Amino acid sequence: MVSDEADRPAGTRTRVSAFLFRHPRLRLGGLLGAPGLWFLVVYLGALVVMYATAFWHLDAFTGLVVKQFSLANFKSIVDVPVYRTVILRTAGIAAAVALTDIVLGFPVAYYAARLAPARRRTAVLIAIVLPLWANYLVRIFAWKLILSPGGLLEWLFAKAGMHVTIGSSLVAVWIVFCYLWLPYVILPIYAALERVPGSLLEASSDLGARGWRTFRKVVFPLIVPGIVAGSIFAFSLTLGDYIVVQLVGKSAFIGNVIYDSVGIANDIPFAAAFALVPLAIMSIYLFVAWRLGAFEAL
Amino acid sequence: MESRTVSLAIRVGTGLVLAFLYIPLLIVVIYSFNNSVSQTWPITSFTTRYYSFAWHDPDVRTALATSLTVALFATLLAFFLGSLAAFAVHRFQFFGRNTVSFVLVLPIALPGILTGIALNTTFNNSVRPIPFGVLTIILGHTTFCIVVVYNNVLARLRRTGSSQVEASMDLGADGWQTFRYITWPAIRTAVIAGMLLAFALSFDEIVVTNFTSGTELTIPKFIYNNLRQPRNRPVVNVVAVVVLLVMTIPVYIAQRLAGAEAGTAAGRRATLRGDTEPGL
Repeated sequence: MVSDEADRPAGTRTRVSAFLFRHPRLRLGGLLGAPGLWFLVVYLGALVVMYATAFWHLDAFTGLVVKQFSLANFKSIVDVPVYRTVILRTAGIAAAVALTDIVLGFPVAYYAARLAPARRRTAVLIAIVLPLWANYLVRIFAWKLILSPGGLLEWLFAKAGMHVTIGSSLVAVWIVFCYLWLPYVILPIYAALERVPGSLLEASSDLGARGWRTFRKVVFPLIVPGIVAGSIFAFSLTLGDYIVVQLVGKSAFIGNVIYDSVGIANDIPFAAAFALVPLAIMSIYLFVAWRLGAFEAL
Repeated sequence: MESRTVSLAIRVGTGLVLAFLYIPLLIVVIYSFNNSVSQTWPITSFTTRYYSFAWHDPDVRTALATSLTVALFATLLAFFLGSLAAFAVHRFQFFGRNTVSFVLVLPIALPGILTGIALNTTFNNSVRPIPFGVLTIILGHTTFCIVVVYNNVLARLRRTGSSQVEASMDLGADGWQTFRYITWPAIRTAVIAGMLLAFALSFDEIVVTNFTSGTELTIPKFIYNNLRQPRNRPVVNVVAVVVLLVMTIPVYIAQRLAGAEAGTAAGRRATLRGDTEPGL
């Protein structure tokens, strides 16, 4: 097919091809132009606008946005004690979720990476990934059904002779976050475990180390980046979420303060300023993770 | 290196965690056949009537139409932009090349609420404010769908290498012919897989959509709005089950088509770098 067409004398198409071939900068521009422009305008541009908006403020009397430079929003974030409580609560639960998911995720990751036969490994990995594609709201909703008064969990506890209702609480929020982000934590840990070379384990064993010591001295240091990478997801996703708390929680998280500032108070400048809090926390977290080599583990 | 006890403990732990992942989904399916409006356990009588209720609900229909439209356009745009970016990164050395992957993944790596607020303020404050609706939802969705297509295409390009392309050029094919007969067949399944995943991602999205949709209803927004209204719970249960089923189809096909790359891309946010290794 190709040779037939190539035999013909050079046409316009060939000339265009040749021209582009001689001008790689033009080709690069053609390829990168559209996606680059999209990201500059729609996304990075939007982030900059948000950043700028954070320095405006809402006039308390008229309820209108005053487009003048002011640090009023940042001052209230620092000064109002409720916001400090919200930030600490969110970061605390985010850390608890990350830790819980690492503990829960480790056996699965270890099984898939080192114990399972090839076929079973694929099946386990698909089983881990699939729930991520089940609708996010549906997954929260499922827990609402389970945890609410009169739900499955209360019934199970009653069968065991205990009276426990979780309902809407910080515990419920913690459980649901752990559930939602677990696959994100398992995958990088799995990837890190899978890359630990078998020869190192043999060497450790030859040198007389038993299982636990090999794990602590050889395996664990090698998978730290994977664990950190997993915790990034659990942490970052918890910091930005507002829906879980709305559905199964009571006390506000960072996300709820932002969401309510837009939806209820219509104070977009304050929402934008507060949105910089998770951004700042994540920047620090990502920087530390980067220094620990977590990006290489993904 | 594992002793028998440790190995057994890990197996048991794996089983428990997988049960933890799947039992809640099973519960939703069971509840969709619940005859009673009250959502208590155990369920006393079962029915399928809420499936027909949901099918005839005008809100569900509008939401479904919007969701499908948005997902379709977001996927097409993501296909163009994501593939172009993947080719640029694969074929060229340029200043800032390493940051492309990083920037593209930001919309899904950073908390979704940031993207939401950023887009919301921009649409409100642009020179001519853009009214919230289908268009603004599409703009938002495209932004985080690009990386899915990009990741899939780039991973495939890296795997296929460039020797066939060079051979084609040596044999006298022009740029278009090389693309048509060499490059495209090699990347086709990766492109389709990326698009299917982008479609699923868009169909599922709520966090950003809440900020960019105004009063427009999508399927996740329908669920979100009705979750707190006990009267509509049965219909929400049914929509939830249908969404579960609808989502698995494109993801399953994508897995089959692209195998390795789709597996990692299916980890959605679990891909901070563009050049993910085959995971499945």
